[in-house]
Amino acid sequence: MTALRRLPVQVLLGGIALLWLVPTFGLLLTSLLPPSVIQSDGWWTVLAEPRLVTLDNYRAMFADRQLVDALVTTCVVAVGNTALLVLVSALAGYAFAWLPFPGRDALFLVVVGLLVVPLQVALIPIFSLYSATGLFDTAAGLILFHVAFGLPFGIFLLRNALLEIPVEVIESARLDGASEARVFTQLILPLSRPAIAALAIFQFLFTWNDLIVALTLGRATQPLTVAIFAQLRQYGANIDIIAPAAFISLAIPLAVFLSLQRAFTRGLLAGSTKG
Amino acid sequence: MVAVHTKPPRAVSRPSPAPAHPRHRTPGRWRRWLLAAAFLAPALAVLTVWIVYPTARTVLRSLFGRDPHEFVGLDNYHTLFTTDTLTTAIRNNALWVAVVPLTVTAIGTVLAVLTERIRWSAAFRTAIFMPMAVSMFAAGVIWHVMAEKDPQRGTLNAVVGAVHDAVSPTGVLANGRPSTPALTGDAGSGIALRDPVRPGQAAPLGLTGIPARDVPPGSVRAAIPPAAADQVTGTVFRDFSPGGGRPGVVEPGEAGIPGATVELRDAGGRVVATTRTAADGGFRFTGLAPGDYRLAIGPDTFAAPFAGVDWLGPKLITPTIMIAYVWMWAGFAMVLIAAGLSAIPREVLDAARVDGASEWQVFRRVTVPLLAPVLTVVLVTMVVNVLKVFDIVMAVASESTQDDANVIALAMWRTSFSGDGDYGLGSAISVVLFLLVLPALAFNIRRFRREGRR
Repeated sequence: MTALRRLPVQVLLGGIALLWLVPTFGLLLTSLLPPSVIQSDGWWTVLAEPRLVTLDNYRAMFADRQLVDALVTTCVVAVGNTALLVLVSALAGYAFAWLPFPGRDALFLVVVGLLVVPLQVALIPIFSLYSATGLFDTAAGLILFHVAFGLPFGIFLLRNALLEIPVEVIESARLDGASEARVFTQLILPLSRPAIAALAIFQFLFTWNDLIVALTLGRATQPLTVAIFAQLRQYGANIDIIAPAAFISLAIPLAVFLSLQRAFTRGLLAGSTKG
Repeated sequence: MVAVHTKPPRAVSRPSPAPAHPRHRTPGRWRRWLLAAAFLAPALAVLTVWIVYPTARTVLRSLFGRDPHEFVGLDNYHTLFTTDTLTTAIRNNALWVAVVPLTVTAIGTVLAVLTERIRWSAAFRTAIFMPMAVSMFAAGVIWHVMAEKDPQRGTLNAVVGAVHDAVSPTGVLANGRPSTPALTGDAGSGIALRDPVRPGQAAPLGLTGIPARDVPPGSVRAAIPPAAADQVTGTVFRDFSPGGGRPGVVEPGEAGIPGATVELRDAGGRVVATTRTAADGGFRFTGLAPGDYRLAIGPDTFAAPFAGVDWLGPKLITPTIMIAYVWMWAGFAMVLIAAGLSAIPREVLDAARVDGASEWQVFRRVTVPLLAPVLTVVLVTMVVNVLKVFDIVMAVASESTQDDANVIALAMWRTSFSGDGDYGLGSAISVVLFLLVLPALAFNIRRFRREGRR
């Protein structure tokens, strides 16, 4: 196709891309406007009057104890559950890939089958369980819940990635007298880094963005989503708090996503389009 | 960057290479099993406590009432299908399943195909894919801002409003009513002169009920232009002067209404001509054949300014949330489909083109059939996602519209954890949700198996 015939498509897609960016861009600009302006005018006002831009909303947000705590909680839960998930899935993935035992494939199928259990199904019993055991309203409680629902996909992804490691590599290590624990830490983990990265990004994004679990299993232990949600309930009066908080809550996963986009896409492809 | 595995991960139930080599030290069979058990223990423990046990518990709990000791059989399921807010949730979710997966897949396909042939396609795909990294919830907040009703603040309505104003401009008056019984009608339908007029006549069209501040800018003292033999003239004016004045008569101090639409209708009521009034409210129709005509002030004189589409109101809330959802997931579909496209051998497409197929035919007859497996995966994934939709509804719909925007996952949460606290019914709703996603489970397992046989 000639460059000339390509031009209309190029322009059309450029337009679509801009359209797709407008909502996020609008939120960013909203977060940069003084409350008095947002109350009466749309964010596009700032395009005509760029000097309206101010970081006051962000300053106010970071001065708000509750929101800062919420940001910390989000980080602790997202990072904590991701690390734990990677470890537990890698252990199980290794067993499913390289440690034969009777009924292994059937068990693997069951584990993968758990992939479609909607987490809603577990909310009520876990709520009762947490209330009885003191896990309610703790970061640990949220972390364990997220790990559980990340495991079916995590095990599936890592087991398949580990199978890619050539037999000879593992066998020769075993022949050299390495223990399984050593094979796992010195060989398996480093060799499966791309898959681990994909899984980690996935889980980090999903749990960073979680609302329903935190809303159900926490009260004072609020991640950012829940804190914003509480503000949203009185929408209109406090968009100057909501907009910067929402933007922060999306900027961090966005940065993670943009810097690790290739790994993310690879994970997505491994997870969904095989075949 | 570490070494990248470009090969797709290997299939699931394919027999994994058993360690056939003789071992340096051969551990007993039991030892090996124990080792596997140790590696599996954390995962299995977590899965059992957080997924398997709760699922069984929920299924059981759904057979009990609000009181956990009161066995009610299937009553909760009966309630579920007969309570208004819950049937709304099911209906809405059905609409979601019917509309969203197909829309997302269609948009994803078009974008994937188009981006194949442009420069900067990586940047473009990043822009479209980016909302995937944004939380459902932040997306909800974004669209809440986008969908504000006030066109001064809501982006969607600002755009719709601009189009609206271009098509039908705001009228010069907010309101007004006839000043004498000689005029009939109201602002909504237009205000017409009761008696017919003939060419050569001049008619005062007096309005009252117009506050002084509503008189359009540029207005001067009202005056009636004289009418020639083939003309009908008149003036639209604010029929009020300090101290009252006589209704229906143009008096000093009464203001003309500029910019009002005046319609000339024939005897049958058909509009034969329209004009706009001048600064003094005067208007003139010329070149008229003899006969009876009727005069009216057109309703667009009173057209209200664009008030904003109520995107977040009860009627449109579900479509609005769907738009937000499609915005988020189109990139997902595009990336998967683009990967599928790149796996199609170029020669197949080129062969079709050489054979004289048009681009559309190539797309329709070659590309789409070859893409079918990927398209199915995207569709199934989207159906499951859409069945479980929750966060974005919670964020976009305010408390007052959640009944109208209700979906199954939201209904489950509200029934169980907000106000009501009915765990029995809540459990039943989540069991129904589970049953609805089960076909996807069957599909996925079949797919894993099939791949295993290759």
